[in-house]
Amino acid sequence: MAAPAPILRMSGIGKQFPGVKALDGVDFRLLPGEVHALMGENGAGKSTLIKVLTGVYDIDAGEIELEGRRVVFHSPLAAQHAGISTVYQEVNLCTNLSVAENIFIGREPRRLGRIQWKKMRRRAAELLSRLDLDLDVSAPLSSYSLAIQQMVAIARAVDIDAKVLILDEPTSSLDAGEVAQLFRVMRRLKEQGIAILFVSHFLDQIYEISDRMTILRNGRLVGEYLTSELSQVELVGKMIGRELADLEKLEGRPPANEAAPLVEAVELGRSGAIEPFTLTIHEGEVVGLAGLLGSGRTEVARLLFGADHAGGGTLKIGGEQVSLRTPRSAVARKLAFCSENRRAEGLIPDLTVRENVILALQAARGWTRPIPRRKQDELVDKYIAALNIRPADPEQLVKNLSGGNQQKVLLARWLILEPRLLILDEPTRGIDVGAKAEIQRLVAQLSDGGMAVLFISAELEEVLRLSHKVGVLRDRKMVAQLDNDERLTTDTLTETIASGARS
Amino acid sequence: MTSIAGGLRSGRVQLPQKYIPVLVTAGLFVAMFVAGGIRYEGFATGQIVLNVFVDNAFLLVVAVGMTFVILTGGIDLSVGSVVALSTMIAASLLKDGWPAFGVIGLVLLIGAVLGLGMGAIIHYFEIQPFIVTLAGMFLARGLCYTIGTDSIPIENGTFTSFAQTRIDLVGDMWISPSVVIAVLVVLAAAYVLHYTRLGRNVYATGGSEQSALLMGLPVARTKIAVYTISGFCSALGGVLLSFYMLSGYGLHAVGMELDAIAAVVIGGTLLTGGSGYLLGTVLGVLVLGLIQTIISFEGTLSSWWTKIFIGLLLFAFILLQRLITARRR
Repeated sequence: MAAPAPILRMSGIGKQFPGVKALDGVDFRLLPGEVHALMGENGAGKSTLIKVLTGVYDIDAGEIELEGRRVVFHSPLAAQHAGISTVYQEVNLCTNLSVAENIFIGREPRRLGRIQWKKMRRRAAELLSRLDLDLDVSAPLSSYSLAIQQMVAIARAVDIDAKVLILDEPTSSLDAGEVAQLFRVMRRLKEQGIAILFVSHFLDQIYEISDRMTILRNGRLVGEYLTSELSQVELVGKMIGRELADLEKLEGRPPANEAAPLVEAVELGRSGAIEPFTLTIHEGEVVGLAGLLGSGRTEVARLLFGADHAGGGTLKIGGEQVSLRTPRSAVARKLAFCSENRRAEGLIPDLTVRENVILALQAARGWTRPIPRRKQDELVDKYIAALNIRPADPEQLVKNLSGGNQQKVLLARWLILEPRLLILDEPTRGIDVGAKAEIQRLVAQLSDGGMAVLFISAELEEVLRLSHKVGVLRDRKMVAQLDNDERLTTDTLTETIASGARS
Repeated sequence: MTSIAGGLRSGRVQLPQKYIPVLVTAGLFVAMFVAGGIRYEGFATGQIVLNVFVDNAFLLVVAVGMTFVILTGGIDLSVGSVVALSTMIAASLLKDGWPAFGVIGLVLLIGAVLGLGMGAIIHYFEIQPFIVTLAGMFLARGLCYTIGTDSIPIENGTFTSFAQTRIDLVGDMWISPSVVIAVLVVLAAAYVLHYTRLGRNVYATGGSEQSALLMGLPVARTKIAVYTISGFCSALGGVLLSFYMLSGYGLHAVGMELDAIAAVVIGGTLLTGGSGYLLGTVLGVLVLGLIQTIISFEGTLSSWWTKIFIGLLLFAFILLQRLITARRR
């Protein structure tokens, strides 16, 4: 194949952290005008490779060539000046400034030290129109959606005469329409000859946009493949080093026997958040909630947990009518809620794994009765082993863990309370296939053990694989509740979400 | 090709939200002025407004420095003490026969260096500005008393002429030279904030320090610069206060840091940083000054009512800020 000369070539890259070999002899190349996906589980070395490339870390072995010349970057700024720009998952812009300023701040057009606002706005508008974006460049960035903000970040990145653009999980918080928009911008940039390194956990997205992929596993190179020549199953197999058996095995789960209803919500609702809905969750049952972003999935969960006040309707837990005023009273009734936003609402990044895990149990006991340290260690060790939290060090700070492992810590915190109903809001978002499979298997185990689970996920396959029953939400209304039998497929689910009723 | 963002562009036609706090303050000022004019005879004159400037020129200068600091999301509690220290140094050196402009230059330098030091400590040791400037506040106030515990009168000719000169405007209206200096400071600061990289970096740092760093902006330099500016403005405020008081005293400007913060907040600058205008700060100072004027016109009210009104206003404006930021989210 007559490939053009690579713009970037990394060879024999090695990076050692205390106790871990993060990268070991990894080769990587990027061709101009291609979208190249970097694949691997959490901890496979993707982020380390990116950080090495952008000068956040120094390399211990190997060399980097940019346009045929050997380069060494000591800071992200140096990499940026050399033409390697990075856009991270979190948009690192100042939302209080205008769109134009966010693109140009630090290199504003000036005359005699005076910023030329008109010129800046004109150039910003030109730049954005090349990406097919039509924005009011003098409006504050905060007035635009996250997707647009991300594209402004990309505009800023490519204006620094970028040859290589690194997009680290840009899509994890975007909805389908926004992803399509982002992909159009990416294709535009590709046409302009920019090499794009793309990281995403969504396999469908990888297959839609990327031309070529490099797979890493445990800090080593598995191989480089053309996307068109590698099937999804093969890809996942190469990433996790074993076949997809784990995921497949879960399918065809036996239906939950008709156990006693645990939670019965009748016409429960809250104006402006979710229209009244009726939902029954039995012991040992997994109820999935499906719907688009903003369709009211999280709102249902928050009402059941008492995080929001219900405007009307009744809620029975274990046959007894209750009114949950605060999450505390829900916890007292053995409900648990793993929130969607694990960074902001759940985990405390500066505490250790042990402290994070023990938090809810301690709160439930009351702060005047501290849990003995030996008991803590015992419990935490048990859950670290049960959930396979890596590294298996209870004194590790949570912020040093990968996303999947942070999610498991959050899960452990609630499981320790031995809840009767576990509400999981997007537990598998932004984590890799291996950790996903582990969490799914865990959910299945828990429900077999009699725990009821309310499972919220944007991924329909996942909802279908796990749930006995699926509640479909649309426009803040529960439009259908479907039993998960052979006839229910992702297609029928999609149709229900789209049409608002079972066809 | 059609624009793909077209559909996402909201139909914002009303005036930009960022101007609302400033407009509210301006409206409040006009309302107070009109109400005063109806209630008191001889109130609704231009000189009333100018007197507010004359009596608060030093506060205005100090509040300008405070605006820079608050825009980065910081706070400077040392300003009142630095003002007092400046009057003290100026008065004692003048008594020893130093030339007036030499004294002024030295005082400004000392203020800037104090600010620079605090800024450096805040940035390099990653300590909260609150605590560092609190230390600076005690330090500067304490230094006043090492110079002298009593009030030192100023008899220098240059200072007294600054104090007594009236610059006549149209009609019977007049201002003092201090007002001219304060207005020049405001104009220079507004230019810096709006038209220079330093100014924009101040806003960016206040918006998100983390992002500003990742965008490659000189956050360290910016943060240290704002405290230096604040120290300089405090020293200049001290010079203007010694024109006004013609004395140096360790008990001058007690609590002025709080007046300055109040003026900035009432002027619509967000305490969390990143949003606000110098014009707002000017209006904030005017509102505070006009409250004092109204209370002195009322005659029967104790001057403590000034504090009560300022307190109520602060509550109202903090709530307003909260509402606006909540809606933006």
